[in-house]
Order: sequence, then structure tokens, then C-alpha cells
Amino acid sequence: MKITYLDHMSANPLLPEVKAAMIDAINQDFGNPSSQHTVGEQAAEVLDRARGQVADLINCREPREIVFTSCGTESVNQAIKGIAFAHGDKGRHIVTSNIEHNAVIRSLRRLKAMDYTVTSVSVDDLGKVKPDDVANAIREDTILISIMHSNNEVGTLQPIEELVRVAKEKKVPFHTDAVDSVGVVPVDVQKLGVDLLSFASNPFYGPTGVGGLYVRRGTRIFPLLDGGVQEHNRRAGAENLVGIVGMGVAAELAKKEMTGRIGHSLKLKEKLLSELPNYIDEFIINGHSTETLPNLISISIKYIEGESVVLMLDDEKIAVSTRSACATGSLRTSHVLQSIGREYADAQGTLIVTFGKENTEEDVIRFLTALRDVVKTLRDISPLYRKSSPTAGLPLP
Amino acid sequence: MYSKTVMDHFRNPRNVGVIDDADGVGEVGNPLCGDMMSIYLKIKEDHIEDIKFQTFGCGSAIAVSSMITEIAKGKSLEDAKRITNKDVANALDGLPQNKLHCSNLGADALKAAIKDFEDRKSGKVRPKPESKDVHVHSHGDNCYCPYCDAELSEEPDFCQACKSTIQIKGSQPNP
Repeated sequence: MKITYLDHMSANPLLPEVKAAMIDAINQDFGNPSSQHTVGEQAAEVLDRARGQVADLINCREPREIVFTSCGTESVNQAIKGIAFAHGDKGRHIVTSNIEHNAVIRSLRRLKAMDYTVTSVSVDDLGKVKPDDVANAIREDTILISIMHSNNEVGTLQPIEELVRVAKEKKVPFHTDAVDSVGVVPVDVQKLGVDLLSFASNPFYGPTGVGGLYVRRGTRIFPLLDGGVQEHNRRAGAENLVGIVGMGVAAELAKKEMTGRIGHSLKLKEKLLSELPNYIDEFIINGHSTETLPNLISISIKYIEGESVVLMLDDEKIAVSTRSACATGSLRTSHVLQSIGREYADAQGTLIVTFGKENTEEDVIRFLTALRDVVKTLRDISPLYRKSSPTAGLPLP
Repeated sequence: MYSKTVMDHFRNPRNVGVIDDADGVGEVGNPLCGDMMSIYLKIKEDHIEDIKFQTFGCGSAIAVSSMITEIAKGKSLEDAKRITNKDVANALDGLPQNKLHCSNLGADALKAAIKDFEDRKSGKVRPKPESKDVHVHSHGDNCYCPYCDAELSEEPDFCQACKSTIQIKGSQPNP
């Protein structure tokens, strides 16, 4: 049986056009864009074209403001540490939110050990940051604000434009981690006004191993990788040309098809949300209902644990994701779900469904049908579900 | 990730359920770490005549619960007390490293159930176990599970157990 893949947040297949362009690049464009001979110049042209395609996707008017990286995580590390290192003499305070991705959390944690200080603002129960909280967190020595564009667990979109206005008033550079937004929802760096914006290629069907960082002209930043003068002296190392070509083509297609893709995802989302109560009871839909990623649904199912659900759905050839503590390799329940007020047990039972281009309404029904059985099986096993169970310590009758 | 034996016990768990007139009930774990396990015993002549379990948890937690009931069924209480969590993990052909802490609670649950039986027999009424309210964020930068002292390895700025801000070298508390 074909696998029903509903985990596009974790990985996406390459589009055929992307694959073809990459194979062409493997065959033809082996040159080093820094070389001065014809082979190198040809490679430089290919690199420029891709940079233009990627810049266009986020409405960046000067393609040289795009720095290619090896992944979204590198982009985030580069943005945060690059600003921190460049401005450390001026101030050492950074503002962020409680629901950031680990790339942000751990970059900041590293900086804390280097005598930087961090203020992390809370979010409301829909996962939104309040601009007033950010304004209040800014200090004399604040050198960066880093708040994600969309959340990778509950989908909520942040009011970045408003937050940037707050930052601009105090002249603090603003970085947004837009890894799960770029190529999925419209992202316009002119409109947002951000100084730095991290993104990656795979969320819009480009290859993994390629990411990008938008750095507004005039932003002072230190490179993470020192070496040659590639990427206008902001990221040393010979470029991953094949990957970058793939990202460029994927970016062009994402821009062209975005309205259609969003409409498609929203249709499936609506179907799932309207049908869900017919299949299971006692669940919570996490995140904002409208200001959210169109392709993501986060469901906390009561009395059961997410990894078990994922494994049992996998037996039915259905792929979804969870952020239960068990499944993440750490012991923690999701800090995002905790921040929006979920109880431990409910956070543990959270599934993340992410739609892609190829999904259909039949996929939604297949998922729901399988989910109904899995939830029943696991609730029958769960000590939390059957509240009438005898408990320890009761005296013998 | 999981062995074939684990997946078999996860997919087809043995001895699932509740014994309504159980002679001993053992409950261990907490949803903070991920897993909760309840074991119900029917004891006859100091032997485990029947055993059932309920588990809230991941694949390995369910497999562990299933396996411990299989190992313990029919055993004398003295023999059953000697079963270790390691025995259960071995019988399952091993568990992933990160699951050894949180999911491997089977022997603990069994021991708790046997203790419950013995307490009842001797007329003791054991108070319901409560979580420790106060815990110390000791050992450098990391936070530790208040129930089992396991290191919590991801690092948001607050402890999930008590919601307090975790102080890290060089940082100041949030306003």
C-alpha cells in the first residue's frame, strides 16, 4: 500500500523540476564560482541566477542581501551569533520568545555562557507574542531581537511587522526565523522590515542541505565561517552549487504556485478539522485558527501518548509527527505546548499533521479512520482514560 | 529504532486491562517524563495468579509493561520481587538508550504492586504517593526531573516541572 505522507514539516520530496535542474547542474556546473576562467564564470552565472530566484521569493530587491548557507539551522546560528559577535562591544542583551526552535534556543544558550544575557518573552495561549512585551524587554544594551515568523509545532504566525516597528523605534536589529514560512506563505522582507531572515530550501520542495539568510544591506554582522570571500565575505567555503540550483528552481515554483498550494492545504485542513469530531472525542486543536500556517494542524489527544500513535499509524502506512517527550530523544515535553498552557499529559498526546501538494481528501479520511482505531486501542490501555480504576493504597474492603 | 520483540509486544500487548478486585495495585511514572504505568495483581498462596496492566506512554513503555506481566505471571512473590528493569529490557532484546530511563518502569510498577498487596495484608494503609513539590536545579546548567532525578536535556529558560526560570551562568532572570 502507498504511504499516506502527512509529515511535510519533517521532510519534503524534491519536485521533478528541481530534481532535473540539479541533475543538469551535476552534469555541467562543477566549476568554482570564484574561479576566473570560463568554467568558473559559468558556475558564477548559475549561482547568480539561483540567488535571483531566491531573492524574488521573499521580495528582496538586492540579491546580494541573500547569503546561502547549509541549512536553516546554520542561518539562524549565523544571524544570532553573527550579530552578537559584531555588536558585543556595544551591548550584550538579546530579546527572544519562549517558543523558538532549538536552533535559536541553543544559539542563545551558547551566548549566555559567553556573558550575553537573554530576555525571553512569553506567548498567549494561541502562541502569539505581544508587541508590548517585546517593547518592555528592550534595554539600553539590547543588540538583537529574534522572534520566529511561524511556529513549527503549532503553526501560529507572529505579528512580525508590528514587532519590527517596536524594534525600529529603539534601533535594535530584528531577526526572524522563517524556516517554516518561506515558500509556504507569502514572506516579503520589504513589508516585514526585518534586518535578518532565516530560511531553508526543503520546506518548499528544494533539497535539504541548503538554506539562506537574508541580511539587509548595512547590517553589521560577523561571519560564522572564516576563510575565503564567498557570499560577499559573509560565508566562507565553496558554494554547494547543485543544492543552490535546486533551491533556486524550487523558489521560483513556490512563488508561482503559492496561492494554489495554500488553497489546497486550506481545503484539506478544513476537511480534517470539520470531520475530526466525527472520529475522535476529547482533543484540543493548538495554535491560532486563522493566523497560522495553512498546511499545519496540531492536535492534542487526551489520555494517550504521541509516539505510540505515530508508531501505530505507521503500521497503517500513515506518516505523521509528534513532539511528545518520548519521540524527541530528550525527556522534555514540548516547551511550545507548555508555553501555550497545555498540561503535560495533553502535550504528550500531541500530533502534528502537515499537508503537502500531493495530499488529497482521501488521505484525510484514511488518516482519520486509522486514527479512530489507534486512539481507541491506546485509550483502552491507558490508566488515565479509565478513571474508575482501583488505585493503590485503598484499604481492603 | 526498536527491536522486533519490542514491536511485537507494542503491537500485541499481553495482559492489558484492569483487575477490579485486585489484591495489589502499583502505579509508577508521571506524564512529565512521558510514561505512567499501573499494574494490578491477583495473589493466591503467595503466587501471582493474575496480572494486568495499563500504560500511558510510548512504544517501549507499552512493550515493557506487556513483558513484565508475562515474566511475572505465575511466579512466587519472592521471585517476582527479584525481577529487575534490566531483566525486562533484556527480555525485549534491548531498549534504546534514551528510553532506559523513562520507559523501563515495569519492575518498579510490579514491586509497587507487591508492596501494596503486602501493606494491605498487614493492615497498613499507604498514603497515595505524591510528587516532590520542591526540587533543586542543581548540577550546573541543567534541570532535573523532580520525580526521578533524570537530567532534562532540552533547555528552554524555564523548568517545566515548577515553571521557575533556570539560572544559567551569565544570565539574569527575566523581568
